[in-house]
Amino acid sequence: MQVNMNINGEAVSEDVEARTLLVHFIRDDVGLTGTHWGCDTSNCGTCVVLIDGEPVKSCTTLAAMASGHDITTVEGLEVDNVLDPVQEGFMQCHGLQCGFCTPGMMLTARALLNNNPNPSEEVIREAISGQICRCTGYSTIVRSIQWAAEHGTPVSVGN
Amino acid sequence: MQVPAPFEYERATSVEQAIALRAKLGDEARFIAGGHSLLPMMKLRLANPEHLIDINDLEELFYIKEEAGEIRIGAMSRHRDLLDSELLYQHFPIFRDAEKLIADPVVRNRGTIGGSLCQADPAEDLSAVCATLGATCVIKSETGERVVDMKEFHVGPYETAVGDAEMLTEIRIPTASNGGSAYEKVERRAGDWAVVSSGASVWMDGDTITAGRVGLAAVGDNTTQLDGVAELLAGKTASEELYTQAGELAAASCSPQTDNRGTEAYKRHLAMELTRRSLRRAVARAQGQEA
Ligand SMILES: Cc1cc2nc3c(=O)[nH]c(=O)nc-3n(C[C@H](O)[C@H](O)[C@H](O)COP(=O)(O)OP(=O)(O)OC[C@H]3O[C@@H](n4cnc5c(N)ncnc54)[C@H](O)[C@@H]3O)c2cc1C
Ligand code: FES
Ligand code: FES
Repeated sequence: MQVNMNINGEAVSEDVEARTLLVHFIRDDVGLTGTHWGCDTSNCGTCVVLIDGEPVKSCTTLAAMASGHDITTVEGLEVDNVLDPVQEGFMQCHGLQCGFCTPGMMLTARALLNNNPNPSEEVIREAISGQICRCTGYSTIVRSIQWAAEHGTPVSVGN
Repeated sequence: MQVPAPFEYERATSVEQAIALRAKLGDEARFIAGGHSLLPMMKLRLANPEHLIDINDLEELFYIKEEAGEIRIGAMSRHRDLLDSELLYQHFPIFRDAEKLIADPVVRNRGTIGGSLCQADPAEDLSAVCATLGATCVIKSETGERVVDMKEFHVGPYETAVGDAEMLTEIRIPTASNGGSAYEKVERRAGDWAVVSSGASVWMDGDTITAGRVGLAAVGDNTTQLDGVAELLAGKTASEELYTQAGELAAASCSPQTDNRGTEAYKRHLAMELTRRSLRRAVARAQGQEA
Protein backbone atom coordinates (compact mmCIF):
# COMPACT_ATOMS: atom_id res chain seq x y z
CA MET A 1 0.00 0.00 0.00
CA GLN A 2 1.02 3.61 -0.56
CA VAL A 3 1.95 5.66 2.49
CA ASN A 4 2.60 9.38 2.37
CA MET A 5 3.95 11.44 5.21
CA ASN A 6 6.10 14.42 6.01
CA ILE A 7 9.34 13.41 7.68
CA ASN A 8 11.35 16.32 9.04
CA GLY A 9 9.52 18.62 6.65
CA GLU A 10 10.10 16.50 3.56
CA ALA A 11 7.32 14.67 1.77
CA VAL A 12 7.94 10.94 1.63
CA SER A 13 5.89 8.49 -0.39
CA GLU A 14 6.56 4.75 -0.49
CA ASP A 15 4.81 1.55 -1.39
CA VAL A 16 5.03 -0.77 1.63
CA GLU A 17 3.37 -3.82 3.12
CA ALA A 18 0.53 -2.84 5.45
CA ARG A 19 2.27 -4.64 8.28
CA THR A 20 5.37 -2.44 8.11
CA LEU A 21 6.07 -0.85 11.47
CA LEU A 22 6.87 2.85 11.50
CA VAL A 23 10.33 2.25 13.01
CA HIS A 24 11.34 -0.05 10.13
CA PHE A 25 9.79 2.26 7.57
CA ILE A 26 11.87 5.18 8.85
CA ARG A 27 15.09 3.18 9.14
CA ASP A 28 14.90 0.79 6.19
CA ASP A 29 12.67 2.44 3.59
CA VAL A 30 13.55 6.09 4.20
CA GLY A 31 17.08 5.37 5.42
CA LEU A 32 17.03 7.56 8.52
CA THR A 33 18.85 5.35 10.99
CA GLY A 34 19.01 7.92 13.79
CA THR A 35 15.78 6.41 15.11
CA HIS A 36 16.87 3.37 17.10
CA TRP A 37 15.13 0.08 17.48
CA GLY A 38 15.57 -1.73 20.78
CA CYS A 39 13.16 -3.81 22.83
CA ASP A 40 10.50 -4.08 20.11
CA THR A 41 7.90 -4.27 22.91
CA SER A 42 7.04 -0.60 23.61
CA ASN A 43 9.07 -0.57 26.81
CA CYS A 44 12.45 1.07 26.12
CA GLY A 45 11.47 4.18 24.16
CA THR A 46 14.55 4.42 21.97
CA CYS A 47 12.26 4.26 18.91
CA VAL A 48 10.31 7.38 19.94
CA VAL A 49 9.52 9.81 17.13
CA LEU A 50 7.15 12.76 17.14
CA ILE A 51 3.87 12.33 15.29
CA ASP A 52 2.25 15.75 14.90
CA GLY A 53 4.51 16.91 17.70
CA GLU A 54 3.66 14.14 20.19
CA PRO A 55 6.14 11.43 21.24
CA VAL A 56 5.05 7.98 20.10
CA LYS A 57 6.78 4.58 20.18
CA SER A 58 7.34 3.80 16.51
CA CYS A 59 7.84 0.05 17.13
CA THR A 60 4.18 -0.08 18.13
CA THR A 61 2.76 2.07 15.33
CA LEU A 62 2.15 1.03 11.73
CA ALA A 63 3.65 3.15 8.99
CA ALA A 64 0.13 3.07 7.54
CA MET A 65 -1.23 4.71 10.71
CA ALA A 66 1.30 7.53 10.38
CA SER A 67 0.36 8.18 6.76
CA GLY A 68 -0.87 11.73 6.30
CA HIS A 69 0.88 12.97 9.42
CA ASP A 70 3.98 15.02 10.27
CA ILE A 71 6.85 12.99 11.67
CA THR A 72 9.93 14.38 13.38
CA THR A 73 12.92 12.09 13.89
CA VAL A 74 16.15 12.91 15.67
CA GLU A 75 17.63 14.01 12.33
CA GLY A 76 15.01 16.78 12.25
CA LEU A 77 16.32 18.43 15.41
CA GLU A 78 19.30 19.97 13.66
CA VAL A 79 18.56 22.48 10.92
CA ASP A 80 21.24 23.95 8.61
CA ASN A 81 24.03 22.84 10.93
CA VAL A 82 22.43 24.51 13.93
CA LEU A 83 21.82 22.09 16.74
CA ASP A 84 18.65 22.13 18.80
CA PRO A 85 19.26 23.33 22.38
CA VAL A 86 18.36 19.80 23.49
CA GLN A 87 21.25 18.42 21.43
CA GLU A 88 23.55 21.12 22.81
CA GLY A 89 22.39 20.30 26.31
CA PHE A 90 23.20 16.60 25.87
CA MET A 91 26.70 17.61 24.77
CA GLN A 92 27.22 20.15 27.54
CA CYS A 93 25.94 17.96 30.36
CA HIS A 94 27.09 14.51 29.21
CA GLY A 95 23.51 13.36 28.56
CA LEU A 96 24.73 10.30 26.71
CA GLN A 97 27.33 7.60 26.97
CA CYS A 98 26.67 4.79 24.47
CA GLY A 99 23.98 6.88 22.76
CA PHE A 100 21.49 4.10 22.26
CA CYS A 101 18.61 5.73 24.16
CA THR A 102 19.52 9.22 23.01
CA PRO A 103 17.28 9.79 19.95
CA GLY A 104 14.15 8.91 21.91
CA MET A 105 15.25 10.89 24.94
CA MET A 106 15.96 14.00 22.89
CA LEU A 107 12.65 13.90 21.02
CA THR A 108 10.64 13.45 24.21
CA ALA A 109 12.61 16.34 25.69
CA ARG A 110 11.85 18.53 22.68
CA ALA A 111 8.12 17.77 22.88
CA LEU A 112 8.13 18.45 26.61
CA LEU A 113 9.87 21.80 26.22
CA ASN A 114 7.51 22.81 23.41
CA ASN A 115 4.57 22.33 25.79
CA ASN A 116 6.30 23.48 28.95
CA PRO A 117 9.41 25.66 28.46
CA ASN A 118 10.22 25.59 32.18
CA PRO A 119 9.64 22.09 33.53
CA SER A 120 10.61 21.12 37.08
CA GLU A 121 12.95 18.19 37.62
CA GLU A 122 9.96 16.08 38.64
CA VAL A 123 8.13 16.91 35.41
CA ILE A 124 11.23 16.06 33.35
CA ARG A 125 11.65 12.72 35.11
CA GLU A 126 7.98 11.89 34.55
CA ALA A 127 8.21 12.80 30.84
CA ILE A 128 11.11 10.41 30.21
CA SER A 129 9.78 7.67 32.50
CA GLY A 130 8.74 5.55 29.51
CA GLN A 131 12.32 5.40 28.28
CA ILE A 132 15.21 3.34 29.52
CA CYS A 133 18.85 4.40 29.72
CA ARG A 134 21.34 1.75 30.75
CA CYS A 135 24.34 4.07 30.99
CA THR A 136 23.83 7.46 32.53
CA GLY A 137 21.66 6.83 35.57
CA TYR A 138 19.36 9.54 34.16
CA SER A 139 20.77 12.43 36.21
CA THR A 140 22.82 13.80 33.34
CA ILE A 141 19.86 13.43 30.99
CA VAL A 142 17.73 15.48 33.37
CA ARG A 143 20.49 18.09 33.58
CA SER A 144 20.82 18.17 29.79
CA ILE A 145 17.12 18.90 29.43
CA GLN A 146 17.35 21.59 32.10
CA TRP A 147 20.27 23.09 30.18
CA ALA A 148 18.12 23.16 27.04
CA ALA A 149 15.27 24.82 28.95
CA GLU A 150 17.63 27.57 30.07
CA HIS A 151 19.33 28.11 26.72
CA GLY A 152 17.93 29.28 23.46
CA THR A 153 15.01 28.55 21.24
CA PRO A 154 14.60 25.46 19.11
CA VAL A 155 15.32 25.53 15.43
CA SER A 156 13.87 22.15 14.59
CA VAL A 157 11.28 21.36 11.99
CA GLY A 158 7.72 21.61 13.21
CA ASN A 159 8.31 24.47 15.60
CA MET B 1 12.53 -8.91 14.79
CA GLN B 2 8.84 -8.96 15.60
CA VAL B 3 6.49 -8.03 12.78
CA PRO B 4 2.79 -8.86 12.46
CA ALA B 5 1.62 -11.42 9.89
CA PRO B 6 0.28 -9.88 6.66
CA PHE B 7 -3.12 -8.18 6.71
CA GLU B 8 -5.17 -5.66 4.76
CA TYR B 9 -5.38 -2.14 6.19
CA GLU B 10 -8.20 0.28 5.79
CA ARG B 11 -8.92 3.64 7.37
CA ALA B 12 -12.45 4.20 8.59
CA THR B 13 -14.08 7.47 7.56
CA SER B 14 -17.12 7.37 9.86
CA VAL B 15 -18.50 5.22 12.67
CA GLU B 16 -21.21 3.90 10.37
CA GLN B 17 -18.76 3.01 7.62
CA ALA B 18 -16.41 1.32 10.13
CA ILE B 19 -19.22 -0.80 11.56
CA ALA B 20 -20.50 -1.73 8.08
CA LEU B 21 -16.99 -2.82 7.11
CA ARG B 22 -16.61 -4.83 10.29
CA ALA B 23 -20.01 -6.46 9.71
CA LYS B 24 -18.99 -7.40 6.17
CA LEU B 25 -15.57 -8.80 7.12
CA GLY B 26 -16.73 -10.57 10.30
CA ASP B 27 -14.28 -12.08 12.77
CA GLU B 28 -11.38 -11.83 10.29
CA ALA B 29 -11.28 -8.10 10.97
CA ARG B 30 -10.41 -5.95 13.98
CA PHE B 31 -10.58 -2.28 14.74
CA ILE B 32 -7.28 -0.72 15.62
CA ALA B 33 -7.37 2.19 18.07
CA GLY B 34 -4.06 3.10 19.76
CA GLY B 35 -2.72 -0.29 18.72
CA HIS B 36 -0.73 -0.59 21.94
CA SER B 37 -2.35 -3.86 22.91
CA LEU B 38 -3.30 -5.20 19.48
CA LEU B 39 0.04 -4.69 17.69
CA PRO B 40 2.07 -6.40 20.44
CA MET B 41 -0.36 -9.33 20.26
CA MET B 42 -0.06 -9.44 16.48
CA LYS B 43 3.73 -9.39 16.71
CA LEU B 44 3.52 -12.45 18.95
CA ARG B 45 0.88 -14.09 16.71
CA LEU B 46 -1.55 -14.09 19.62
CA ALA B 47 -3.85 -12.19 17.27
CA ASN B 48 -3.88 -12.72 13.49
CA PRO B 49 -6.56 -10.52 11.96
CA GLU B 50 -6.73 -10.47 8.17
CA HIS B 51 -8.04 -6.91 8.10
CA LEU B 52 -7.36 -3.92 10.30
CA ILE B 53 -9.82 -1.06 10.33
CA ASP B 54 -8.05 2.03 11.66
CA ILE B 55 -10.47 4.19 13.67
CA ASN B 56 -7.98 6.96 14.55
CA ASP B 57 -9.55 9.39 12.08
CA LEU B 58 -13.01 9.20 13.68
CA GLU B 59 -13.14 12.68 15.21
CA GLU B 60 -16.63 11.95 16.52
CA LEU B 61 -15.15 9.49 19.05
CA PHE B 62 -12.73 11.95 20.70
CA TYR B 63 -14.50 13.84 23.51
CA ILE B 64 -15.11 14.10 27.25
CA LYS B 65 -18.27 16.07 28.01
CA GLU B 66 -21.09 16.52 30.51
CA GLU B 67 -24.58 15.75 29.26
CA ALA B 68 -27.88 14.62 30.76
CA GLY B 69 -26.49 14.11 34.27
CA GLU B 70 -23.62 12.01 32.96
CA ILE B 71 -20.03 12.39 31.96
CA ARG B 72 -19.74 10.96 28.46
CA ILE B 73 -16.41 9.80 27.11
CA GLY B 74 -15.83 9.01 23.44
CA ALA B 75 -14.18 5.63 22.91
CA MET B 76 -11.12 7.13 21.19
CA SER B 77 -10.24 9.40 24.12
CA ARG B 78 -6.60 8.68 24.82
CA HIS B 79 -5.13 7.99 28.25
CA ARG B 80 -3.51 11.39 28.13
CA ASP B 81 -6.87 13.12 27.54
CA LEU B 82 -8.35 11.27 30.53
CA LEU B 83 -5.37 12.27 32.67
CA ASP B 84 -5.54 15.93 31.66
CA SER B 85 -9.32 16.43 31.72
CA GLU B 86 -10.33 18.84 34.50
CA LEU B 87 -13.99 17.94 34.01
CA LEU B 88 -13.27 14.29 34.65
CA TYR B 89 -11.02 15.11 37.60
CA GLN B 90 -13.66 17.29 39.25
CA HIS B 91 -16.26 14.56 39.12
CA PHE B 92 -14.15 11.41 39.33
CA PRO B 93 -10.62 11.91 40.66
CA ILE B 94 -10.19 8.11 40.43
CA PHE B 95 -9.43 8.60 36.72
CA ARG B 96 -6.45 10.85 37.35
CA ASP B 97 -5.19 8.56 40.14
CA ALA B 98 -5.30 5.61 37.74
CA GLU B 99 -4.08 7.37 34.63
CA LYS B 100 -0.96 8.72 36.34
CA LEU B 101 0.11 5.10 36.72
CA ILE B 102 -1.16 3.51 33.51
CA ALA B 103 1.81 2.66 31.32
CA ASP B 104 4.09 5.68 30.68
CA PRO B 105 3.51 9.14 29.17
CA VAL B 106 4.48 8.05 25.64
CA VAL B 107 2.18 5.00 25.65
CA ARG B 108 -0.54 7.23 27.12
CA ASN B 109 -0.30 9.45 24.03
CA ARG B 110 -1.72 6.55 21.99
CA GLY B 111 -3.70 4.09 24.12
CA THR B 112 -7.46 4.74 24.32
CA ILE B 113 -10.22 4.04 26.83
CA GLY B 114 -12.13 2.08 24.16
CA GLY B 115 -9.13 -0.09 23.40
CA SER B 116 -8.45 -0.65 27.09
CA LEU B 117 -11.99 -1.75 27.91
CA CYS B 118 -12.27 -3.91 24.77
CA GLN B 119 -8.92 -5.55 25.39
CA ALA B 120 -10.19 -6.57 28.87
CA ASP B 121 -6.74 -7.60 29.99
CA PRO B 122 -6.94 -8.92 33.59
CA ALA B 123 -4.28 -6.38 34.65
CA GLU B 124 -5.94 -3.51 32.80
CA ASP B 125 -6.92 -0.62 35.09
CA LEU B 126 -9.81 1.26 33.48
CA SER B 127 -12.30 -1.62 33.66
CA ALA B 128 -12.14 -1.51 37.47
CA VAL B 129 -12.32 2.31 37.40
CA CYS B 130 -15.43 2.29 35.20
CA ALA B 131 -17.05 -0.59 37.09
CA THR B 132 -16.75 1.05 40.51
CA LEU B 133 -18.23 4.27 39.12
CA GLY B 134 -21.29 2.44 37.77
CA ALA B 135 -20.44 3.29 34.16
CA THR B 136 -22.40 2.08 31.16
CA CYS B 137 -21.07 1.40 27.67
CA VAL B 138 -22.71 2.32 24.39
CA ILE B 139 -22.25 -0.44 21.81
CA LYS B 140 -23.25 0.36 18.23
CA SER B 141 -24.13 -1.97 15.38
CA GLU B 142 -25.68 -1.55 11.95
CA THR B 143 -29.14 -1.95 13.43
CA GLY B 144 -28.83 0.47 16.32
CA GLU B 145 -27.22 0.77 19.70
CA ARG B 146 -27.45 -0.86 23.11
CA VAL B 147 -26.31 0.40 26.48
CA VAL B 148 -24.89 -2.18 28.87
CA ASP B 149 -23.51 -1.88 32.38
CA MET B 150 -19.92 -2.86 33.16
CA LYS B 151 -20.96 -6.22 34.56
CA GLU B 152 -22.50 -7.17 31.26
CA PHE B 153 -19.72 -5.49 29.25
CA HIS B 154 -16.71 -7.08 30.93
CA VAL B 155 -17.27 -10.80 30.31
CA GLY B 156 -13.87 -12.01 31.40
CA PRO B 157 -10.22 -11.87 30.50
CA TYR B 158 -9.90 -10.73 26.87
CA GLU B 159 -13.65 -11.02 26.37
CA THR B 160 -16.38 -8.36 26.29
CA ALA B 161 -20.00 -7.97 25.23
CA VAL B 162 -18.90 -6.26 22.00
CA GLY B 163 -19.77 -8.58 19.09
CA ASP B 164 -18.00 -9.03 15.75
CA ALA B 165 -20.23 -6.50 14.00
CA GLU B 166 -20.23 -3.96 16.81
CA MET B 167 -18.21 -1.01 18.09
CA LEU B 168 -17.86 0.49 21.55
CA THR B 169 -18.50 4.17 20.97
CA GLU B 170 -19.06 5.82 24.35
CA ILE B 171 -18.64 5.35 28.10
CA ARG B 172 -21.22 7.06 30.33
CA ILE B 173 -20.85 7.72 34.02
CA PRO B 174 -23.66 9.13 36.16
CA THR B 175 -22.63 12.21 38.16
CA ALA B 176 -23.67 12.79 41.77
CA SER B 177 -22.66 15.54 44.18
CA ASN B 178 -22.20 13.22 47.17
CA GLY B 179 -19.62 10.90 45.61
CA GLY B 180 -15.91 10.30 46.10
CA SER B 181 -13.49 7.97 44.35
CA ALA B 182 -9.83 6.93 44.43
CA TYR B 183 -7.39 4.45 42.88
CA GLU B 184 -4.30 2.85 44.39
CA LYS B 185 -1.76 0.77 42.50
CA VAL B 186 1.55 -0.88 43.23
CA GLU B 187 3.87 -1.46 40.28
CA ARG B 188 7.41 -2.85 40.08
CA ARG B 189 8.80 0.12 38.21
CA ALA B 190 7.56 3.24 36.41
CA GLY B 191 5.39 2.39 33.43
CA ASP B 192 4.76 -1.23 34.31
CA TRP B 193 1.47 -3.05 34.66
CA ALA B 194 0.05 -3.38 38.17
CA VAL B 195 1.24 -5.92 40.70
CA VAL B 196 -2.18 -5.18 42.21
CA SER B 197 -4.55 -2.21 41.90
CA SER B 198 -7.65 -1.29 43.87
CA GLY B 199 -10.27 1.31 43.01
CA ALA B 200 -13.07 2.54 45.23
CA SER B 201 -16.13 4.74 44.70
CA VAL B 202 -18.49 5.78 47.47
CA TRP B 203 -21.63 7.87 47.77
CA MET B 204 -22.20 9.43 51.20
CA ASP B 205 -24.92 10.92 53.37
CA GLY B 206 -23.02 12.59 56.21
CA ASP B 207 -20.85 9.84 57.66
CA THR B 208 -22.93 7.06 56.15
CA ILE B 209 -21.86 5.29 52.99
CA THR B 210 -25.15 4.98 51.13
CA ALA B 211 -23.48 2.98 48.38
CA GLY B 212 -19.90 1.94 47.66
CA ARG B 213 -18.02 -0.26 45.23
CA VAL B 214 -14.52 -1.69 45.10
CA GLY B 215 -12.79 -3.20 42.05
CA LEU B 216 -9.37 -4.84 41.72
CA ALA B 217 -6.99 -5.40 38.81
CA ALA B 218 -4.26 -8.01 38.20
CA VAL B 219 -5.61 -10.51 40.74
CA GLY B 220 -7.55 -12.96 38.55
CA ASP B 221 -10.86 -13.01 36.72
CA ASN B 222 -13.98 -11.04 37.51
CA THR B 223 -12.65 -8.68 40.14
CA THR B 224 -13.60 -5.40 38.45
CA GLN B 225 -16.44 -5.06 40.95
CA LEU B 226 -16.71 -7.11 44.10
CA ASP B 227 -20.36 -7.66 45.01
CA GLY B 228 -19.58 -8.81 48.54
CA VAL B 229 -17.72 -5.61 49.33
CA ALA B 230 -20.55 -3.48 47.90
CA GLU B 231 -23.01 -5.34 50.17
CA LEU B 232 -20.74 -4.86 53.18
CA LEU B 233 -20.38 -1.10 52.59
CA ALA B 234 -24.02 -0.21 51.91
CA GLY B 235 -25.57 1.76 54.75
CA LYS B 236 -22.52 1.56 57.04
CA THR B 237 -20.83 4.41 58.87
CA ALA B 238 -17.41 5.13 57.42
CA SER B 239 -14.62 4.00 59.78
CA GLU B 240 -11.16 2.46 59.82
CA GLU B 241 -12.67 -0.86 60.96
CA LEU B 242 -14.98 -0.84 57.96
CA TYR B 243 -12.09 -0.20 55.56
CA THR B 244 -10.18 -3.09 57.10
CA GLN B 245 -13.17 -5.42 56.87
CA ALA B 246 -13.66 -4.40 53.23
CA GLY B 247 -9.95 -4.92 52.55
CA GLU B 248 -9.99 -8.39 54.09
CA LEU B 249 -13.07 -9.31 52.09
CA ALA B 250 -11.49 -7.98 48.87
CA ALA B 251 -8.34 -10.00 49.52
CA ALA B 252 -10.43 -13.13 50.05
CA SER B 253 -12.59 -12.50 46.96
CA CYS B 254 -9.82 -12.56 44.36
CA SER B 255 -7.56 -15.25 42.92
CA PRO B 256 -4.06 -13.86 42.42
CA GLN B 257 -1.30 -16.11 41.14
CA THR B 258 2.36 -16.22 42.00
CA ASP B 259 4.45 -14.88 39.13
CA ASN B 260 7.45 -12.64 38.57
CA ARG B 261 5.51 -9.68 39.96
CA GLY B 262 5.04 -11.32 43.36
CA THR B 263 3.70 -14.24 45.35
CA GLU B 264 0.04 -14.98 45.84
CA ALA B 265 0.33 -14.06 49.52
CA TYR B 266 1.98 -10.73 48.75
CA LYS B 267 -0.72 -9.90 46.21
CA ARG B 268 -3.49 -10.73 48.69
CA HIS B 269 -1.77 -8.47 51.20
CA LEU B 270 -1.71 -5.70 48.59
CA ALA B 271 -5.39 -6.26 47.71
CA MET B 272 -6.20 -5.79 51.40
CA GLU B 273 -4.00 -2.76 52.02
CA LEU B 274 -4.75 -0.97 48.72
CA THR B 275 -8.48 -1.43 49.25
CA ARG B 276 -8.19 0.14 52.70
CA ARG B 277 -6.31 3.07 51.22
CA SER B 278 -8.57 3.62 48.20
CA LEU B 279 -11.69 3.51 50.39
CA ARG B 280 -10.20 5.86 52.97
CA ARG B 281 -9.31 8.33 50.25
CA ALA B 282 -12.63 8.00 48.41
CA VAL B 283 -14.51 8.77 51.64
CA ALA B 284 -12.28 11.76 52.41
CA ARG B 285 -12.93 13.11 48.94
CA ALA B 286 -16.69 12.57 49.22
CA GLN B 287 -16.56 14.59 52.43
CA GLY B 288 -14.58 17.35 50.77
CA GLN B 289 -11.53 16.73 52.96
CA GLU B 290 -9.10 15.91 50.17
CA ALA B 291 -8.88 17.10 46.59
C1 LIG C 1 4.37 -0.76 27.79
C2 LIG C 1 2.89 -0.78 28.07
C3 LIG C 1 2.45 -0.67 29.38
C4 LIG C 1 1.08 -0.68 29.67
N1 LIG C 1 0.66 -0.55 30.97
C5 LIG C 1 -0.66 -0.54 31.25
C6 LIG C 1 -1.13 -0.38 32.59
O1 LIG C 1 -0.35 -0.24 33.53
N2 LIG C 1 -2.47 -0.39 32.80
C7 LIG C 1 -3.37 -0.51 31.78
O2 LIG C 1 -4.57 -0.49 32.03
N3 LIG C 1 -2.96 -0.64 30.51
C8 LIG C 1 -1.64 -0.66 30.22
N4 LIG C 1 -1.22 -0.79 28.91
C9 LIG C 1 -2.21 -0.98 27.86
C10 LIG C 1 -2.57 0.33 27.23
O3 LIG C 1 -3.45 0.99 28.11
C11 LIG C 1 -3.23 0.06 25.89
O4 LIG C 1 -3.12 1.21 25.16
C12 LIG C 1 -4.71 -0.35 25.98
O5 LIG C 1 -4.87 -1.53 26.67
C13 LIG C 1 -5.31 -0.61 24.65
O6 LIG C 1 -5.71 0.57 24.08
P1 LIG C 1 -5.45 0.81 22.53
O7 LIG C 1 -6.21 2.01 22.17
O8 LIG C 1 -4.01 0.80 22.27
O9 LIG C 1 -6.18 -0.47 21.89
P2 LIG C 1 -5.82 -1.37 20.62
O10 LIG C 1 -4.57 -2.09 20.86
O11 LIG C 1 -5.93 -0.56 19.38
O12 LIG C 1 -7.05 -2.37 20.66
C14 LIG C 1 -7.21 -3.34 21.68
C15 LIG C 1 -8.42 -4.23 21.32
O13 LIG C 1 -9.63 -3.51 21.42
C16 LIG C 1 -10.32 -3.50 20.17
N5 LIG C 1 -10.93 -2.17 20.07
C17 LIG C 1 -10.28 -0.98 20.21
N6 LIG C 1 -11.18 0.03 20.17
C18 LIG C 1 -12.41 -0.53 19.98
C19 LIG C 1 -13.73 0.01 19.86
N7 LIG C 1 -13.98 1.33 19.94
N8 LIG C 1 -14.78 -0.85 19.68
C20 LIG C 1 -14.53 -2.20 19.60
N9 LIG C 1 -13.31 -2.76 19.71
C21 LIG C 1 -12.25 -1.93 19.90
C22 LIG C 1 -9.29 -3.82 19.14
O14 LIG C 1 -9.86 -4.43 18.00
C23 LIG C 1 -8.38 -4.77 19.90
O15 LIG C 1 -8.91 -6.06 19.88
C24 LIG C 1 0.14 -0.81 28.61
C25 LIG C 1 0.57 -0.91 27.28
C26 LIG C 1 1.94 -0.90 27.01
C27 LIG C 1 2.36 -1.01 25.59
S1 FES D 1 11.97 -0.39 20.43
FE1 FES D 1 10.12 0.72 20.65
S2 FES D 1 9.95 0.98 22.78
FE2 FES D 1 11.77 -0.25 22.60
S1 FES E 1 23.38 6.42 26.89
FE1 FES E 1 23.56 4.27 26.76
S2 FES E 1 21.50 3.66 27.04
FE2 FES E 1 21.39 5.77 27.46
